[in-house]
Amino acid sequence: MVVVGAGHAGCEAALASARLGLDTILFTVSVDSIALMPCNPNIGGSSKGHLVREIDALGGEMGINIDKTFIQSKMLNRSKGPAVHSLRAQADKADYSREMRQTLQRTKHLTIRQAEVSEILTEDDLSDQKSAENMRKQIAAVRTVSGAMYFCRAVILCTGTYLKARCLTGEMISYTGPNGLMAANYLTDSLVAHGIEMYRFKTGTPARIDKNSIDFSKMEEQKGDETIVPFSFTTNPEDVQIDQVSCWLTYTNERTHEIIRKNLDRSPIYAGVIEGTGPRYCPSIEDKVVKFADKNRHQIFLEPEGIHTNEMYVGGMSSSLPEDVQYEMYRTLPGLENAKIVRNAYAIEYDCINPNQLNATLEFKAIRGLFSGGQFNGSSGYEEAACQGLVAGINAAMQIKGREPLILDRSEAYIGVLIDDLVTKENHEPYRMMTSRAEYRLILRQDNADLRLTRKGYEIGLISEERYQAVCRKEQEIREELSRIAKVRIGAGREVQALLESYGSIPLNTGISLAELIRRPELDYEKLAPIDPERPSVSPGAAEQININIKYEGYITRQKKQVDQFRKIEKKKIPEGFDYDEVPSLRIEARQKLKLYQPSSIGQASRISGVSPADISVLLVYMEQLRRKQML
Amino acid sequence: MSSDTIAAVATAMMGAGIGIVRISGDQAVETADQIFRKKGGGALREQESHTIHYGTIWDSGEMIDEVMVLLMRAPRSYTREDTVEIDCHGGVYVTKRILEAVIRHGARIAEPGEFTKRAFLNGRIDLSQAESVMDVIQAKNKLALNNSVRQLSGMLSKEIQEIRSVILHEIARIESALDDPEHMSLDGYSDFLQKIVSEQEQKIRRLLAGSENGRLLREGISTVIVGKPNAGKSSLLNALLGEERAIVTNIAGTTRDTLQEQMNFNGILLNVTDTAGIRRTEDAVERIGVERSKQHLADADLAIYVADASTKLDENDFEILDLLTGHKVIILLNKSDLPAVTTEEEIAAVVRARIRSEEEDWNLRIFSFSAKEGEGMERLEHAVQEMFFSGEISFDQEVCITNVRHQSALSDALASIELVKQSIADAMPEDFYSIDLMNAYEKLGTIIGESVEDDLVNEIFGSFCMGK
Repeated sequence: MVVVGAGHAGCEAALASARLGLDTILFTVSVDSIALMPCNPNIGGSSKGHLVREIDALGGEMGINIDKTFIQSKMLNRSKGPAVHSLRAQADKADYSREMRQTLQRTKHLTIRQAEVSEILTEDDLSDQKSAENMRKQIAAVRTVSGAMYFCRAVILCTGTYLKARCLTGEMISYTGPNGLMAANYLTDSLVAHGIEMYRFKTGTPARIDKNSIDFSKMEEQKGDETIVPFSFTTNPEDVQIDQVSCWLTYTNERTHEIIRKNLDRSPIYAGVIEGTGPRYCPSIEDKVVKFADKNRHQIFLEPEGIHTNEMYVGGMSSSLPEDVQYEMYRTLPGLENAKIVRNAYAIEYDCINPNQLNATLEFKAIRGLFSGGQFNGSSGYEEAACQGLVAGINAAMQIKGREPLILDRSEAYIGVLIDDLVTKENHEPYRMMTSRAEYRLILRQDNADLRLTRKGYEIGLISEERYQAVCRKEQEIREELSRIAKVRIGAGREVQALLESYGSIPLNTGISLAELIRRPELDYEKLAPIDPERPSVSPGAAEQININIKYEGYITRQKKQVDQFRKIEKKKIPEGFDYDEVPSLRIEARQKLKLYQPSSIGQASRISGVSPADISVLLVYMEQLRRKQML
Repeated sequence: MSSDTIAAVATAMMGAGIGIVRISGDQAVETADQIFRKKGGGALREQESHTIHYGTIWDSGEMIDEVMVLLMRAPRSYTREDTVEIDCHGGVYVTKRILEAVIRHGARIAEPGEFTKRAFLNGRIDLSQAESVMDVIQAKNKLALNNSVRQLSGMLSKEIQEIRSVILHEIARIESALDDPEHMSLDGYSDFLQKIVSEQEQKIRRLLAGSENGRLLREGISTVIVGKPNAGKSSLLNALLGEERAIVTNIAGTTRDTLQEQMNFNGILLNVTDTAGIRRTEDAVERIGVERSKQHLADADLAIYVADASTKLDENDFEILDLLTGHKVIILLNKSDLPAVTTEEEIAAVVRARIRSEEEDWNLRIFSFSAKEGEGMERLEHAVQEMFFSGEISFDQEVCITNVRHQSALSDALASIELVKQSIADAMPEDFYSIDLMNAYEKLGTIIGESVEDDLVNEIFGSFCMGK
């Protein structure tokens, strides 16, 4: 197995592959920048926290690694419903990177190699006989810049933002990857030569400012949670109750905005120098000032990059303005009057692919054995990258072992939503996960990722027997307690009324079911323990599930019904190589789109824009016709 | 595959004959049981397969019609699913009301071609017919789609778009705050949302009330009034509208110079378009109006040709008569205060000479009419009824079905909005609101033929500043 790139996707891919027993080589342009966090210094956040939990439940590394290296942690959206609670941790970047490197080094079957991969080679490339034009090619090897060949059965491309990268700070352009690291300038050409369609995307990062030059007394302190919840289901909560480091909040003002407006002509984006498409959810401060002109201030967070560095990340203020303008604008912020910049803000442009060329397994439709993950697939974010790397690594390994691939659907995981969006929908900007993209989010919670996915991780071989058994026990605990509660009725006794009163809850007129009481907003499962004498001892994890299941039962039941409908057509598979030209009555637009996307199921087909419900009906009838003909 | 319960009208919606509403699926019998009262008592579900039952259909405490109900259990039915057929006395309104009652009690309206599709998928239709099944599905969909869009008035579509954009904006507000809780707060938001959803609820209720009167779509027999300028077209329309029998609702004209009115002729809905007078003209603006009149005529089910009794038939009349070839026509001779110079017999002679001379038994309907004295109105009404009940002119069934479809989408949207209000009342967290708001948004979208796609993500990024 060859993995190209040792960022968050590449690390997960290599670990999964090696842990599944395949000899794996991980290429990076710099072994000193493994699992580098070139932008924000945190892991998790809204919906991204869900991804980390899911990675963990499938046997990935990100959750464990951040639990070992975080310096502050917060559960976001605590006042909202459980579906949108999201864990976010500030990382010590250097520790995060070092810790991940050590894990890779300790893993059997895994080799780390510093070299730039410049070419992919298929069996056709290595033989004199060419297979037919429309035949699927098979990956056979990669070649590095030095000319060395590495023969392999699968390749996973996780090149991040390095392909033909260039960084822009005002008029200054440097042809490097992030942080001045070497760009990879050859691989794109080889991919294009193999018929792969490339996109050009851009993103950006703010300046890092010397902590010693900041006057924190003019900013609001942002502390971590008092009780810290770990990311990984395997981390003991007691081990993560550390002393935390604070972040700081300040604001831009009219002066900041004026400086930006005055210098817009020197911004490479507004001057038209940048050709790549940037993410709308992560706008530069220039974008914010221009697009939301009526806002007279924007929030800016100062976040430490680690314990052993003086650098502070200026969250909310990424920019590609020239260095002198950067000084001027950052110094308008309260507390940053005397700020010293350690690293400039910059925008970065890079090559990535149109991910519609991939199957839901993250394998290229046109080349067997070629997989990819991360920003190379047009996504954005460490967590989005890591989960794709994990899925690509698992599926490449499953293919080599001749086993069933891992495809998560939209009702099973955020990872499923993310990959389905990437491979099925048109994507014109770096893709970021959001809870609103998950239509079944009441079911896809971060708190139940273990219940949803541990079994799959176990079947794949990345989860230990012990861990799997623990989840089975938790499941059983929840099931038994829920069925017990369904039968418990509470009378209007004195003890009950006193307890209700103590929580400001309306007293009972008559008997009521225990579930009914749990549903009251001011009460919950734990609070009612004193009036529920038959209650067995229940683990905190199971108690949380019981509470959520009862409190939001109506909503969850409705969503489960929708999921049943969804799965019905999701289960209808379309065979590989299905010939849409043979289907009569398909509208032309639908036929073209279906041929282009080659959906793997009727469900996926129905989500392609330009394919109507009538086309889906026609497809169903045609497939039934095929089935009956085969029976004859 | 999916075995949810579907319903449709299985007969043409004409004045004559019986109307059949067909229900198919797991819940077909239960659905029918909720609205059918069998004579002599007892529920359908207790009956043998392939039996016929006499009784009445009830909805909201009101008896709709006396009917015969056929019960066919799976697999011995067309779709190989449990099937119930309700045969009523016909009449567009009765058939439609029964369909509405069935939809309200758990079935959903069938997609075009869906009965045939199920019949095939369940093995009822022979393999050799698969291709024609696919053709039927695609063709019926195309027809329904065309109708749905064509029949939708600009005003309705605008109103739905407005409601949708308000809803979408609120979803985006909630989602932005969830995505970036440190930038956006939702404190006190539920009171604000409560007000907004109540307003949207009222709007949807109004649309729903309108749809129940068949006002949402131009349901009915598409009728045009043609004639040369000043022949008396407008006085005819005014006379029709001035009468008690004409229940009139205004529908904003789709074109600048055509006015459309809907009226009920003893239970037969007419969509009447008053067109610009047709004549040869050099005036560019007027010529556009004339062209448009011709277009309306081409699309119409029924044409009412108004001729002026006070002038001789001229070139312009002849041209109109030529245009009328192949149409169902009623000819009215408008008697003004001026002395009459053209008679019914004269017109009849011209008509016979110029149009449809090949049809010998053509039933020519020509009579005089006077807007002032109300003369001829009864004959007109009678003529329309006769043509309708003989099947000479018929109701556009697709429009009728589309209307029921829209009604059910509006009801669903309303139910989702009510759930949002309930969630607010129950002090649920804000993320629960957006789930039902999204459902309402989707349902409303089906009426104007718009899906969700990336609307939300675009709205979030377009309206709310977020991100690092």
